[in-house]
Amino acid sequence: MSLRIVVTVKYVPDATGDRHFADDLTLDREDVDGLLSELDEYAVEQALQIAEAADDAEVTVLTVGPEDAKDALRKALSMGADKAVHVEDDDLHGTDALGTSLVLAKAIEETGYDLVISGMASTDGTMGVVPALLAERLGVPQVTLLSQVSVEGGVVRGRRDGDSASEELEASLPAVVSVTDQSGEARYPSFKGIMAAKKKPVKSLDLDDLGIDADEVGLAGAWSAVDSATERPARTAGTIVKDEGEGGKQLAEFLAGQKFI
Amino acid sequence: MAEVLVYVDHLDGAVRKPTLELLTLARRIGEPVAVALGNGAADTADVLAEHGAVKVLTAEAPEFADYLVVPKVDALQAAFDAVSPVAVLLSSSAEAKEIAARLAVRIGSGIITDAVDLEAGDAGPVATQSAFAASYTTKSRVSKGVPVITVKPNSAPVEAASAAGAVETLAVTFSAQATGTKVLSRTPRESTGRPELTEAAIVVSGGRGVNGAENFAIIEALADSLGAAVGASRAAVDAGWYPHTNQVGQTGKSVSPQLYIANGISGAIQHRAGMQTSKTIVAVNKDAEAPIFDLVDYGVVGDLFAVVPQLTEEINTRKG
Repeated sequence: MSLRIVVTVKYVPDATGDRHFADDLTLDREDVDGLLSELDEYAVEQALQIAEAADDAEVTVLTVGPEDAKDALRKALSMGADKAVHVEDDDLHGTDALGTSLVLAKAIEETGYDLVISGMASTDGTMGVVPALLAERLGVPQVTLLSQVSVEGGVVRGRRDGDSASEELEASLPAVVSVTDQSGEARYPSFKGIMAAKKKPVKSLDLDDLGIDADEVGLAGAWSAVDSATERPARTAGTIVKDEGEGGKQLAEFLAGQKFI
Repeated sequence: MAEVLVYVDHLDGAVRKPTLELLTLARRIGEPVAVALGNGAADTADVLAEHGAVKVLTAEAPEFADYLVVPKVDALQAAFDAVSPVAVLLSSSAEAKEIAARLAVRIGSGIITDAVDLEAGDAGPVATQSAFAASYTTKSRVSKGVPVITVKPNSAPVEAASAAGAVETLAVTFSAQATGTKVLSRTPRESTGRPELTEAAIVVSGGRGVNGAENFAIIEALADSLGAAVGASRAAVDAGWYPHTNQVGQTGKSVSPQLYIANGISGAIQHRAGMQTSKTIVAVNKDAEAPIFDLVDYGVVGDLFAVVPQLTEEINTRKG
């Protein structure tokens, strides 16, 4: 029986660009390039490895986002995913994490799945809650923050490295998994992969297709609201000294002056 | 007075500092009711009472340790139903954020994560957050349901405030999902004797410039002279010089100590995302052009192998 893997990915603004808020206090996407969230590349990689180890498996990448978000899907397809689903709807503008998880959960159910794999967090919002939200909404086990993952005989196993302990986890499929950047280096798309990606199917869905009312999502439907966003004042220029042999002592003097010693 | 549910982060009854910080913040909104789960839950009551908890709801069951996350969500939901609070506060650990998220779905509420400050507002608690690698400060509210908010460690002072801290046993019925993810084994992390990275008042970090696992001893010696935690940049972790659990940055831990000392770290945006909210920032780097120097209160352009040991020795001398 085929193993159906859905990887949730996010198209995010490049962190090395100049990210700022638009007038409605959502992310201004106009002035900054977007890309597949780096942490999602690890999810795609683990999905591909699990699929390669299985007899028969299919990897679908799923994103929710504007037209440009297709770039994120394209990257994942060129890495080796089989097909893509893009949920796109003007009413989704400003959707928060809870709304996003609602849309993703409906799209995952619509697509059909045995295993959902996500990155540990997005590199823009960095909340890290979507995998747990998906598990809650789908009513399946969460096996999250894994640095190591494997699937065999309808069971997913993995290692979760927490602050106070390292845990070995196990759950039956269907399940939601999230992986950390320690799970394994993500592959680069090959030229062949990039060419093949152009022919792979990308299915578009909107809110109607998923049976979601517009007022459940978007800025107006959000469960939380940003009231203000202020640019942090530039730090006042600090004291910078060149070490001429006394640099450590000078630094100690500074720390003593600040009462750290 | 309105009650605020505070989820207690503890290890076998020893309450972790971020929970005491939460109690300070909870008192700005209402009366804290603490929820302590798992082995040693009742042992948390004294310290919670000394920090303002009017009530401590406890539940001990093997499910909390044997299965991942969901049993704790079930228990927190039971506490929520029993208390009807005006807000639910948790500290921003990876696990607590997952608990918060699932609870929010169940009670139909919005969630705010990684708040760095919290105050009472006309329309409920207002959370301060830091966005886009700390280049923005935002003020947010939960607009639907009872606010579920996670707060970053080091966001509030720990303040003593005597309260009743009456212990009550919480009745929990576990959901069908509770036993979905089994914890097959748990290997406790070996204690270094140093403070926890996210909770530490001082963090001393090493990066690419440390140039080898064995050289991290220099960083550790400086950390120990200051009673600090040790952090590492992604470059140092990827090179295998220091454990991933000590990584500071976008894909690691976010820290906000009183003092952050970056050694041999250039200060790429990914690293800055994890430490930019530190109160005082110091850097030692031989590259005068390194972007980290744009952030510092005090920087030394120099070889860390000369500067750091001299600094450590000077600190130890001054401490006498």
